[in-house]
Amino acid sequence: MSRPARERRRVVSVEPVGPYVLVRVERGSLDPGAPGQFFMVEAPGRVLPRPMSLCLAPPGELAFLLDPIGPGTRALAAAEPGDRLHIFGPLGNGFRLDVARPLLVGGGIGVAPLPYLSDVLGQPPAVLGFRTAEHAEAAVLVPNAEVVLDPVLVTDVMPTDRDVLACGPEPMLSAIRALAPSAQLAWEAPMACGYGACYGCVVEIDGELKRLCVEGPVLEQEEELSFSS
Amino acid sequence: MTAADVAQQLDAFVTKTVTPEPREGNAPTRIAETEFGMLNAIGLANPGRASFLRETLPQIARIVERPVWVSVGGFCARDYAETCEQLARDDVAAIELNLSCPNVDEAPESAAEIVAACREVVAKPLYAKLSPHSWDLAQTVRAVESAGADGISLVNTLRGVALDARLRPVLARTAGGYSGPALKPVALAAVHAARTATDLPIVGMGGVRSGRDALELIACGATHVALGTVLFADPDAPLRVRRELADAAMQAGHASPESAFGAAHEPVARLAN
Ligand SMILES: Cc1cc2nc3c(=O)[nH]c(=O)nc-3n(C[C@H](O)[C@H](O)[C@H](O)COP(=O)(O)OP(=O)(O)OC[C@H]3O[C@@H](n4cnc5c(N)ncnc54)[C@H](O)[C@@H]3O)c2cc1C
Ligand SMILES: Cc1cc2nc3c(=O)[nH]c(=O)nc-3n(C[C@H](O)[C@H](O)[C@H](O)COP(=O)(O)O)c2cc1C
Ligand code: FES
Repeated sequence: MSRPARERRRVVSVEPVGPYVLVRVERGSLDPGAPGQFFMVEAPGRVLPRPMSLCLAPPGELAFLLDPIGPGTRALAAAEPGDRLHIFGPLGNGFRLDVARPLLVGGGIGVAPLPYLSDVLGQPPAVLGFRTAEHAEAAVLVPNAEVVLDPVLVTDVMPTDRDVLACGPEPMLSAIRALAPSAQLAWEAPMACGYGACYGCVVEIDGELKRLCVEGPVLEQEEELSFSS
Repeated sequence: MTAADVAQQLDAFVTKTVTPEPREGNAPTRIAETEFGMLNAIGLANPGRASFLRETLPQIARIVERPVWVSVGGFCARDYAETCEQLARDDVAAIELNLSCPNVDEAPESAAEIVAACREVVAKPLYAKLSPHSWDLAQTVRAVESAGADGISLVNTLRGVALDARLRPVLARTAGGYSGPALKPVALAAVHAARTATDLPIVGMGGVRSGRDALELIACGATHVALGTVLFADPDAPLRVRRELADAAMQAGHASPESAFGAAHEPVARLAN
């Protein structure tokens, strides 16, 4: 597995994608890791970095797609080309790629890891769900995607005879698991460190409290996850 | 860069607090960032004394390759003493009694009573980790010293609450321990007060991010400096802080960090000439 490293890297560009923001940084000697792994990205002016899935790994760059919902993600969205950010990763466990008939499923900002995943898997079909047409602009990042808008849900249109790899909000992941019990699902929890030191990201997996940054964020079929909060 | 790489930059590694029984800790959400720090309500999650001694401690010792200080917690003096009794082993360099976790109810006995109970059963260096909430810290420090403590650790977190956009507490447990940059002045005051009361070693901590922050704790009377929250944002912090420390001392007019020890206690008149 690739070894996580921390480097201070220059921001190459900050582009809007619908209401989301795509931040490209120089890759330096950072390893992009496997799709579904994440990086702790410095949020300028904040005490803690923020976990971000790798969205794209073009030569010489790493790109993150973010939803500016709070102080950390807004500070990142306000970064300018030339600014330098500390980037630490790749961290956690990504998607298992030895699947026969992959189907990528994403909801909202959960599309973030799918462009890189699609690239690595040779652009398999995808189903993406968004709240509004504006949010759905992010679908341009994922080839071969069928897009649904609220109130239609990804689970309404998703074929069930495929190997599902999904990322999205918790209710969506739970619904997918009910339909496709063997799906690989990328979960979220608030994280302070991303490398197993703080015990802040603990969730219940198989009835035991475990650190999502170490055991996940992608969990396999037999792993049963529930949030006690 | 892994957890082991982080630990190997340190002179010593302090474990998470171990309690007699296993504790799953508090329900999520357990952490929240605020403007100037972070809140945690981890709730002393730990595998419990038996499993810690059998599995966790040997594993930590192997991974960190540094002297390991074991942090001991409990809900009465007997809890602490029974754990200490079992820590007389080669892989334990020192014991830190966590007398100040804001995320669990505290033992009914006083800090000094707990220290005395542990002193009776173990010869290892015993550090008492105290809360910054006490107004008369000097008195507590004198009491734990008389009870047999070999050193003082200051400070643990302050109790705090963070609210989300809809004015609901972010943490499942409502309140948590407040750490990070905001804690630095509190830590400086506590170490300063403790140094007026004792000549024992003091492990200073609270909000250290830079060599200058570490130097300020030393100037107030800390003989050791510990890092917490900064490690989450910057796993390279131990090496960096160490590197910055010498420079910070020079800039403050001291040949070395050691010569800045206690500088904050010197009368102003002496500093002026
Ligand atoms: C492994 C992982 C990968 C991620 N990848 C991406 C990504 O690629 N793009 C992206 O935009 N976001 C991603 N996130 C989520 C992102 O890290 C959070 O949205 C961000 O930390 C919020 O910080 P903030 O200061 O902007 O907002 P905050 O003020 O911290 O949060 C705003 C709101 O979001 C909630 N929240 C905060 N953090 C989380 C979380 N981790 N999970 C669920 N709810 C949360 C808060 O409770 C609050 O209601 C990822 C999270 C994880 C754990
Ligand atoms: C996530 C987290 C977990 C902690 N767990 C413990 C613990 O188990 N025992 C303990 O004595 N202190 C614990 N602390 C307190 C720290 O050791 C330290 O006293 C405090 O955070 C102040 O230092 P800092 O500002 O550098 O973080 C914890 C702090 C944090 C942020
Ligand atoms: S984020 Fe710190 S342990 Fe997982």
